[in-house]
Amino acid sequence: MTDHVDTRQGVYHDSVTLLRIAQAASAAPGILAAQVAMATELNVELTIGLGFTIPEGTGPQDLLIALRGEDQAAIGAGLAAIDTALSAVEAAAHTGGGFGAVAPPRTVRAAALAAPDAAVVLLTVPGPYVIGEAMDALAAGRHVMIFSDNVPVEHEILLKETAARTGLLVMGPDCGTAIIGGLGLGFANAVQPGRVGVVAASGTGAQQLTCLLDEAGVGISHVLGLGGRDLSGPVGGRSAERALTLLDADPGTDHIVLISKPAHPATAERVLAVASGLSTPVTSVLLGAGLPDITSSVESVLGTLGRPVPHWAHWPAAGPADTTPGLLRGLFSGGTLADEAMLVAGELLGDIRSNIPLRPELGLPPSVGGRPPLAGTGHAVVDLGDDEFTRGRAHPMIDPSLRLELLHTQAADPEVATVLLDVVLGHGAEADPAGRLAPEIRQARQTAADDGRQLTVVVSLCGTSSDPQGRSAQISALTAAGAHVFLSNAAAARFAAGTALGSDRDTAHAHQYQPAKESV
Amino acid sequence: MTIADLLAGPPAVISAGVDLMAEALRSQAATVTSVDWRPPVSEGYDPAALAAVLADPRTVAANALAASRMLATRAVLIDVLPASEALGLTPGQFCHAGPPITWERASGPMRGALIGAMIFEGLAADAVAAETMLAAGTLADGSPISLSPCHHHHAVGPMAGVISPSMWLFRLQDVTTGNIAYCSLNEGLGKVLRYGAYSEEVLVRLRWMTAVLGPALAVAVRARAVGAAGPVDITAIIGQMVQMGDEGHNRNRAGTLMFLRELLPDLISSGLPAAEVAEVARFVSGNDHFFLNLVMPAGKLMGDAARDVPGSSVVTAMARNGTDFGIQVSGTGNRWFTGPANYPQGLFLAGFTADDANPDIGDSAITETMGIGGLVMATAPAIVRLVGGAVPDALATTTRMYEITVAENPAFPVPILEFRGAPTGIDVTTVLRTGILPQINTGMAGRRPGTGQVGAGLVTPPMVCFTQAIEALAAAVVE
Repeated sequence: MTDHVDTRQGVYHDSVTLLRIAQAASAAPGILAAQVAMATELNVELTIGLGFTIPEGTGPQDLLIALRGEDQAAIGAGLAAIDTALSAVEAAAHTGGGFGAVAPPRTVRAAALAAPDAAVVLLTVPGPYVIGEAMDALAAGRHVMIFSDNVPVEHEILLKETAARTGLLVMGPDCGTAIIGGLGLGFANAVQPGRVGVVAASGTGAQQLTCLLDEAGVGISHVLGLGGRDLSGPVGGRSAERALTLLDADPGTDHIVLISKPAHPATAERVLAVASGLSTPVTSVLLGAGLPDITSSVESVLGTLGRPVPHWAHWPAAGPADTTPGLLRGLFSGGTLADEAMLVAGELLGDIRSNIPLRPELGLPPSVGGRPPLAGTGHAVVDLGDDEFTRGRAHPMIDPSLRLELLHTQAADPEVATVLLDVVLGHGAEADPAGRLAPEIRQARQTAADDGRQLTVVVSLCGTSSDPQGRSAQISALTAAGAHVFLSNAAAARFAAGTALGSDRDTAHAHQYQPAKESV
Repeated sequence: MTIADLLAGPPAVISAGVDLMAEALRSQAATVTSVDWRPPVSEGYDPAALAAVLADPRTVAANALAASRMLATRAVLIDVLPASEALGLTPGQFCHAGPPITWERASGPMRGALIGAMIFEGLAADAVAAETMLAAGTLADGSPISLSPCHHHHAVGPMAGVISPSMWLFRLQDVTTGNIAYCSLNEGLGKVLRYGAYSEEVLVRLRWMTAVLGPALAVAVRARAVGAAGPVDITAIIGQMVQMGDEGHNRNRAGTLMFLRELLPDLISSGLPAAEVAEVARFVSGNDHFFLNLVMPAGKLMGDAARDVPGSSVVTAMARNGTDFGIQVSGTGNRWFTGPANYPQGLFLAGFTADDANPDIGDSAITETMGIGGLVMATAPAIVRLVGGAVPDALATTTRMYEITVAENPAFPVPILEFRGAPTGIDVTTVLRTGILPQINTGMAGRRPGTGQVGAGLVTPPMVCFTQAIEALAAAVVE
C-alpha cells in the first residue's frame, strides 16, 4: 500500500468540481482512497482522518491531493486520472457558454408560448390524444384544425363549446381540408386565389368543388373545414355557424358555398337560418340521394356567379377500350367522392354495397384483418379513408398500399368488370400517386386479360393544374397504363357504371367529354 | 389574436402529429412550429383518466387559478418560537418529512433522526433505549409516541424533517392569504440530525440552537417585524437569490447572506451579549444552507395557497420520508399519492458510494413545487457539476420544466433565460402527456442511522404518484 500526498499552488476549483475529480481518481485501477480538495482546515482534518500526513504550511489556497494505492503504479494511474479530469474541467471552461440546442416543444401549450403569432394549430395526433393538445390551443387563443379522426364526440362538443366562448374556430375532428389565405392545410389543392369562400363539412367534397371551380376559372378566398360530424344532431353545427360568420366578415369573400353531406334536420335548419341571415350570398351544396351531384352543383354556382360552365375534362385510356359487363368495385380514399359515386352509379346499377352504405341494409360485412370483404358482394364501393381503415394506419392519400392490394384482388375476381378509383392531388397528398398506381393498374389489367377478361379502370382525378404533383404528368401515366381519367367524380362514376353494364362509353353519361386541354 | 385575424393572410401554424403535414405547410413557405409530440404515459393506470381530466371543462381555468394563487403569495418572517408553542407538540410527538410513515417502514436516516430527537428531548438516555421505545410506540412512562407529517401541521422540514417540541421554528406568514407556515432552523452540513446523525456533536449543536440561536433570532425577528422596515420579506430575498446563482434547494449561499444582512442590525441591537450575537452571526454565515429553511416554508405557503381548487391538477406538495415519495394535488385536497422514493444520482462525499445512500428524503422538494430548486437549475450554473452535468444541461433542464408547469413566476426571474419567470405550478396532466418528471435537486443521506450526509444529486418522483393522482382527479370530474 502506498500513500501519495502533494499540494498544488494557484489552482482553485469549487468543491463540487473537486469531488468529481476525486471520483475520477478513485475509479483509477488500484486506487483505494482519494481526496482532492482545497486544503481548508476541515479538508485537512478529513484527510488526516483518512490516515494521510499533510506537509507543514499547507493552506486553504492550495489544492490538496491525497491518494492511497495498492502500489506505485496505482498512484501513477490515479494522478493521471486527476490530470485528465483537471484538464477536462479547464477545457470545458474555455469552450463552455454554448447554450446547447433548444429542444422542440413537447406540447401545443409550449409551442404556443414559442410561437405567439401562430394563429392556427394543426393536429394530426391520434384521436384519443387530441383533447389535451386542442385544449392547449384554445387556452392559448389559437384556432384549431383537427385532421385526426377517432376523436370522441364528447371531446368535439367540449372543444367547440370552449371555442365558442372565446370566438375561436375549431375545424374538425376529421377535417381533412382547409385553405386559409392561400395556405393549404391538410389535403388541399393549389387553387387560384379568388373571392369564393367555402365552408365544408366534407373534405374531399371541398376538394372536388374547389378543383372544378378552379378548372372553370373561379378562384377561392378560403376553405374552412368543419369535420364530418359538425352538422350532426349532438354537435349541432357549432363550427358551421362560426365559419359562416367568419367568411361573412371577410372583405376578400364575395360569395360563400356551404358544402355538406346529409345533415341532421334541426342542425341543417339552424345553419341554413344563419346562412340566410348573412350579408354575403350563400349557395348550399347538400349532397345526398335525389340531390344534385357536386359537378352539377358547381355548374349552379357558376350560373349564380354568371360564369360559363366549361366542358369537364376527360382523358381516355390509351389503347383499345373494349368493355365486358360485370361488377363495379370502387376503391376510394375520399368519403364524399365514394358517396357521390354510389349515388351516381347506383342510378344505373341499382344497389351498391359499401362500408359507408347509402342505406343500412347495403352495409358490407365487418372488415377482416383490416380489409373489406368484397368477394361475392355484388357492386361495391369502399371508403378506405374511413375510421375503420385508418386506425393504426396512414390515410390512403398518404399510404396507398391497402388500395393497391385491393386493386389486385378485384382484378383476380372474375365477376369484376370495372374498378373505379379516386386520385387526389394537392398539398399533403402522396408526391407521385400515379407513379405508384400506374404500374399496378397495368398489372391488374394484365391479370384480367390473362384470364380472358377485360378490366376497365376508371380514375376520378381531383386536382388542379397547379398542384405540386404535376397534373399533366399524373394523367399521362394513368392513361398510358390503361385508365380512363376524369376531373369530375360524377362523370367518372357514370362512365364506370356504364362500362360495368357493358355499354360503350358513349351511352351512359350525361356530360359530354372533350379531349384534354392539357397535352398528355 | 382575434378571430378576424385568421383570414388576414396565410397564417403561421403550429403542427402536432404527422410530420408530413408540417412538411406540406413548409413546402408552401408557411411558418411552422412543430411539436415534438409523443404518446402520453400509458403504463400503470387507465389512460382514460387522463382524457377525462383533460376533457373536464374546469381544468384549464382551475389550473390558472391555482397557479395565480401561488404567484400571489408573499411570505414574510414574523416569528421564531419553539415547536411546543408553534405546533402544540408535547413530549413523544414528532413531526417528520414526507407522507405518513410508521417506525416499521421508516428508513435509516428517518430512524436516526427520531432516535436523535428522543435523546435530545431527554426521553431516552441513548440510542438503544430510544430505538426500543420508538419500536414499541410508547415512552418510558407508557404514554404514546406519535409520528405525523410536518405537512399536516402547516410545516416543512428538510431531509428527515424531524421536529420535536423543544426545537425552534421559523414562523412565516403569507401576506396575501394570512396563511402560516413553519420550518425548523438549519443545522448546517455533514453530521446533522436531519441526515439521520445523532452523535454527541449533533446533540450539542441542537442544544445550542435551542438555548442560543432560536431565542436570539426570535428577539431580532420580532424587533424587525414591529419596526419601521416590517418583517423580513422572504419572497423578495428568494427573487434576488435566484438572480445570484442560487436555485434555492442545493444552493442557498446568496440567500443566506442576504438574510443575515437583513437581520444583523436587529440582532446587534438586541441587547444580547456581543459574544452570543457573534456566535449566531458566525453560525448563520458559516452555513450556506441556512436560508433553505426559509425558502421551504415560503414554498409551503405557495403550495398551500394553491390548495383545494376544484378540478385543478396543479401539484401543491412534493415530499419524501425516505421510503415513499408523496405528492398532493390542488383538486384532491390533502390526499397523498405515494410511490417508492427513488435513489438520487449524483456525487458522493469522500469515503461514500452509492451503496451508502438512502432513497430520496425530505420536504425540501417543496422548493421544486414552488417553481425553483431543480426547476430553475439554469440559474445555478455554479452547482451543475454537483449533479454530474454541464451548463447546457442546466439550461435544457429548466427549459424542459416549462413543459410541465402552468405558469411563470415573474417574482423569481431566471436571468440567463432572459429573465423568464421560474416555471411554476407542476401540472399532473402535462407530466403524463409528456412523460417529463419534475427535476429535483437534493442532498443524499446515508442509509444507516447515524451516518449523516453522503452526497448530493438529482432525483425525480416516481411516475406512479402522478398516475394515481390523475385517477383521483378523474374520479372527481363532475359529469
